Amino acid sequence: MKSLAELEKIRNNALKKVDLRTRQFEKKVVVGMATCGIAAGARPVLTAFLEEVARRRLSDVVVGQTGCIGVCRLEPLVEVYMPGQEKVTYVKVKPEMVKRIVSDHLVNGKPVLEYTIGYAENKENKGKS
Amino acid sequence: MNFYRSHVLVCSGTGCTSSGSAEIIERMEEELKKQGLENEVKVVRTGCFGLCEAGPIMVIYPEGAFYSHVQPADVPEIVSEHLLKGRLVDRLIHRDEKTQEFEISLNQVEFYKKQVRVALRNCGVIDPENIDEYIAFDGYKALGTCLTEKTPQEVIDIVSKSGLRGRGGGGFPTGKKWKFGAAAKGDKKYIVCNADEGDPGAFMDRSVLEGDPHSVIEAMAIAAYAIGSDMGYIYVRAEYPIAVKRLNIAIEQAREYGLLGQKIFGSTFNFDLEVRLGAGAFVCGEETALLESIEGRRGEPRPKPPFPANRGLFGRPTVINNVETFANIPPIILNGPEWFAAMGTEKSKGTKVFALGGKINNTGLVEIPMGTTLREIIFDIGGGIPGGKKFKAAQTGGPSGGCIPADMLDVPIDYDSLTAIGSMMGSGGLIVMDEDNCMVDVAKFFLDFTVDESCGKCPPCRIGTKRMLEILKRITAGEGQEGDIEKLVELGENIKAGALCGLGKTAPNPVLSTIKYFRDEYDAHIREKRCPAGYCQSLLSYEIIPEKCVGCSMCARACPVEAISGQLKKPYTIDKEKCIKCGACLDKCKFGAIKR
Repeated sequence: MKSLAELEKIRNNALKKVDLRTRQFEKKVVVGMATCGIAAGARPVLTAFLEEVARRRLSDVVVGQTGCIGVCRLEPLVEVYMPGQEKVTYVKVKPEMVKRIVSDHLVNGKPVLEYTIGYAENKENKGKS
Repeated sequence: MNFYRSHVLVCSGTGCTSSGSAEIIERMEEELKKQGLENEVKVVRTGCFGLCEAGPIMVIYPEGAFYSHVQPADVPEIVSEHLLKGRLVDRLIHRDEKTQEFEISLNQVEFYKKQVRVALRNCGVIDPENIDEYIAFDGYKALGTCLTEKTPQEVIDIVSKSGLRGRGGGGFPTGKKWKFGAAAKGDKKYIVCNADEGDPGAFMDRSVLEGDPHSVIEAMAIAAYAIGSDMGYIYVRAEYPIAVKRLNIAIEQAREYGLLGQKIFGSTFNFDLEVRLGAGAFVCGEETALLESIEGRRGEPRPKPPFPANRGLFGRPTVINNVETFANIPPIILNGPEWFAAMGTEKSKGTKVFALGGKINNTGLVEIPMGTTLREIIFDIGGGIPGGKKFKAAQTGGPSGGCIPADMLDVPIDYDSLTAIGSMMGSGGLIVMDEDNCMVDVAKFFLDFTVDESCGKCPPCRIGTKRMLEILKRITAGEGQEGDIEKLVELGENIKAGALCGLGKTAPNPVLSTIKYFRDEYDAHIREKRCPAGYCQSLLSYEIIPEKCVGCSMCARACPVEAISGQLKKPYTIDKEKCIKCGACLDKCKFGAIKR
């Protein structure tokens, strides 16, 4: 150990590995991982989020899971929490949609409208009428 | 680098290890692999969380979910429910003893609410075998700051100003000790860490060493810089294998990072450390006996003065501090002495760790600001006394301390208040006793311990404590005589005045303080040949109350020596000649017809 700066460097690297235990995260991705979600393919979606978050080194995002939200027909469901924004619910999420959600929403703060529950519901209703 | 979305912290302190946490970790790792989660979920072995009663303990982040009493068989469910599907396993979430309410997160648990964790700040938070995690929580920053920005004198001033006093029991101001060490002349000086924690029921130091070994290493280096030493020893008892292992790992890692060795932080300061194992003698916790033992001789105390600060290890100036004292040093340097001095009472600053044991719901480790009352510790944090029994006394300071009766529960705890009421802070063991504990027997237990552990060098301790124990044994056997109490007091005062070291000087305390507060119990034993708590076996007698006995014969069948006889549906009787006072009949009787 040569200097305080060197220690600080080690500390900053190490912090990324432990801050899951200390910080309140503002950005949160929650994947619905109940039986319905898993059956609809939520597991690869969760993995895709983890990979994308790691690839972009987003240290301020936490990825979690939750149980059944109730709209099983729209699974896999993903909810994204951003500071100062209403929670956004994405439906029928596929692994290939993850990249865009991460870049548009988590990084740039703009929800991907056409993946959201409101958009899907609207389209369905229109189809019926 | 893997992005772990979840951290599973499992306690690997001695308490949880003995209740099976090692197997839980093994199962957890297997199960994660089976479910393909091993790259997403990280398993971390931590130090003690403090709530040993509820062990094995597991905390899962980011939720901070607090699981208690986890069994290996629960692991698959935790993995598939919590870690895969994100559903908390309700039945394992810790519940409050009283309200039975869920306490999902660690911070909600009543046990932790009143605590302030300074010395235990990293215990149960970091992986003690990973130096990076310690560094992430500001580890070694205090050492770096001292070496690059502060003179040794400034470091001593900070410690003096903080008001930190020795946590091993004596309560000597740490800053003053360092000042003496710095002022002493010598071609070589030593820093020694006293980790020979020997009080029955005390395990504060063990938890710090197991849960946060680097904080002790860092503090020892800071102390060495302050007094001008380049070599340190940690004297730890061999009965703490996990602590010894983690210390050695931590020392290795610190050497690799250049935090021990030559020219640390680019300065001219060199420092290295070695671990020395104690062979299980209680007296070696006494600082001069400890030094003898490190030097390779029999652990017997030396007369003081000269004090170790002037002539200590190998005749060189030596500063000896206790583990918990050291653990307080880095936060004091980082946060400033004012921060530390703002906690506690006028003469006792900061926090103190206590090991709660005996008749208390939440056995475990707590760290509280000085000045907290015993009532808060026992009833709020400790969760009160099991089975709705009545509190009788608390014993602090182990074999050197005394008993505190119920009417002193509201005394704010610090070094001076405890001494004033005839006990002492000691290293931090706190044993709670309820109405079923016989105070004479408690005094006998502790004295028995000191008689065993007396090194035999000075007669007051070697012979005096032995005579006291003989009297106590007589009293509990129902052969006490008038004048015994006075004899105990006289012997006790003389031993206190005449013994060579701290062990002897404090050995009579448990007896003297129980006489002071519970003299009526001694009197009952001696004059009425009766043990009010119903504990001393030779003073018990069992009788059947004929009016209550329905003659069911349950007691007669339970009696192992056939001392109970009678006719069915008529009152039975106990033959006192045959009775061995085992109490089996009392446990079996459904009608409360047996009296003790």
